[in-house]
Amino acid sequence: MKLPDLLSETYSSLTVNKVRTGLTMLGIVIGIGSVIAMVSIGQGAQSSIESKIQSIGSNLLIVTPGAQRGPGVQISEGRGTAQTLTQEDADAIIKEVDLAKAVAPEISRRYQVTAKGTNTNTQVVGTVASYPTVRNVEVDSGTFISDQNVKSLSRVAVIGPTTRDDLFGTDSDPIGQTIRINKVDFKIIGVTKAKGGSGFGSQDDMVFVPLSTAQRYLAGDTYVTSISIAAEDANSMSAIQQQITDILLERHNIKDPTKADFSVINQADIVATASSVTGIFTILLGAIAGISLLVGGIGIMNMMLTTVTERTREIGLRKAIGAKKKDISTQFLAESIMLTFLGGLIGVLFGWFFAWLISTFASITTTVSTTSVMLAFGVSAAIGIIFGYYPARRAAKLNPIEALRYE
Amino acid sequence: MIECKNITKTYKNGETETDVLKGISFTINDGEYVAIMGPSGSGKSTLMHILGALDSPTSGTYFLDGRDVSKLSDDELADVRKNKIGFVFQSFNLLSRATVMRNVTLPLLYSEVPKQKREMLAKDALTSAGLEEGRWNHLSNQLSGGQMQRVAIARALVNNPSIIFADEPTGNLDSKTGEIVLDTFQKLNEHHAHTIVLITHERYVAEHADRIIHIQDGLIIEDKENSAKRVATLHHTHETT
Ligand SMILES: Nc1ncnc2c1ncn2[C@@H]1O[C@H](COP(=O)(O)OP(=O)(O)O)[C@@H](O)[C@H]1O
Ligand SMILES: [Mg+2]
Repeated sequence: MKLPDLLSETYSSLTVNKVRTGLTMLGIVIGIGSVIAMVSIGQGAQSSIESKIQSIGSNLLIVTPGAQRGPGVQISEGRGTAQTLTQEDADAIIKEVDLAKAVAPEISRRYQVTAKGTNTNTQVVGTVASYPTVRNVEVDSGTFISDQNVKSLSRVAVIGPTTRDDLFGTDSDPIGQTIRINKVDFKIIGVTKAKGGSGFGSQDDMVFVPLSTAQRYLAGDTYVTSISIAAEDANSMSAIQQQITDILLERHNIKDPTKADFSVINQADIVATASSVTGIFTILLGAIAGISLLVGGIGIMNMMLTTVTERTREIGLRKAIGAKKKDISTQFLAESIMLTFLGGLIGVLFGWFFAWLISTFASITTTVSTTSVMLAFGVSAAIGIIFGYYPARRAAKLNPIEALRYE
Repeated sequence: MIECKNITKTYKNGETETDVLKGISFTINDGEYVAIMGPSGSGKSTLMHILGALDSPTSGTYFLDGRDVSKLSDDELADVRKNKIGFVFQSFNLLSRATVMRNVTLPLLYSEVPKQKREMLAKDALTSAGLEEGRWNHLSNQLSGGQMQRVAIARALVNNPSIIFADEPTGNLDSKTGEIVLDTFQKLNEHHAHTIVLITHERYVAEHADRIIHIQDGLIIEDKENSAKRVATLHHTHETT
């Protein structure tokens, strides 16, 4: 039988019992739809985490005090408590690591920040002029802290848009106004551009002040809480990481690298760790949805077996007028594949719609990727073949005489 | 042309063996109108299945148009059926939810006839089978028994087979519609020179053919020209029943 004829025969057979065909297809629609939706949540989480990590800078390395216990694992215990990194360490890195594009030491802590009658608790970061280059921060209005500010211990501040909204009201112009941190007045000279992201640790809810000023008036010492280094490109990352490690080990007089009192975190490591976690999450969600797909597949097989029995006489007749075994098995296989393929198509649209609903109403980022759509189609066609094979073979094997006699 | 010699058929059901055909030999020439008559259970259908290449004999030889078809594989038999044989069954065996047209063109799908030609051949076959044009696009389950059987005849004709086998074609019809079907066969044989093998347990039906092969218990007990040939008596009012 020619392909167009096969397709039209298949279509006719499937439309004979529309309700049953629809219900059977529903199993596949739900299966494929939930796979698409679930995987879109997983992949959405993955891409949003990755873009968040990318937004803190590109080709970024961060040196933090405290020991590193495993690759890519940041020890929160070390941060803030251990004071092993100093201004001099940062200066040494600036001087000796030639592959580094920019280096920005910082000292950060949460403070209660007050302005005229308002106050907020936020992250105050003491840093230098190169910070915006290293950490992808852009200034929306005014200027960022300059080298001159750092040199002269200026009491100036650059605030994030969220902080501005909290202290001065949405979209107001705070430049020239004064804020008070830890009983010290700072004059606002700039506001950074919104980066998105919300909650604790948001890059938009921050106050930047000159590093020297922060050390003098806020911390009272010359330690730094972290040093961020931007590499020229991704290829030089590991070389820089090695250089920094060597310099700091030497400066801190440590022979055994496993006993280092600092850790150098590579942005790529953070991305890899986060991706592997969200990857597992995606697989888990996909697997749960996959179970409903399997149930849908069994539904297909059930319907096809019923159909074969019901259409025994028709099969006998088709054989009597010259259909070969292969013609019969192809026809039944085509029916189950068309069923799953259409189910897959509707399921993809349905899953897409569901993913859209989730991202619109639950504000969870979802990503429907081409790969997952292709995979869904592949899987639904495969289900058609796998679960249609046995019924098709059973139909093909029927003896025409007995089939014609079947009541 | 059908030439069979010493055809036997034995069914094995576990331990028990049933000899249904016990040595059947005859020849049917092109253009003949033959009735195979015998009581129920005498082996008529079994014989028709072998002659119609739906089944193979246990022993004996069967030449169809000069080709030995007694030892062919299932797929080779399917080809023989497709190209040389048309069947008409007692219970019509139409696809009930398909149109008349689709039913009649069905065999052409398997012989891969192009779409435009299919329609044309189907119309010719329906005209030869005597189904009025107004019914050609009806669903087959909207037709009367007589009309259904004429659709089945058209379907048997559409591939232009050398032989048409009809197994009790009037068995499910009342006598008036039965007459119409018998008249159709008569015309096909007279005007279109189709070879027709009519299987029936009724002498009255068998007497519409030119020759009657009478079998009983798997053996031919009589094979002779029908001297008292009946001509189907038609009244045009029956056409619409
Ligand atoms: N598959 C089979 N297995 C065993 N016996 C069979 C089978 N098919 C037919 N028979 C037997 O063969 C005999 C002839 O059957 P059949 O050819 O249908 O007779 P008819 O068409 O003349 O009424 C019957 O006794 C029937 O029971
Ligand atoms: Mg019979």
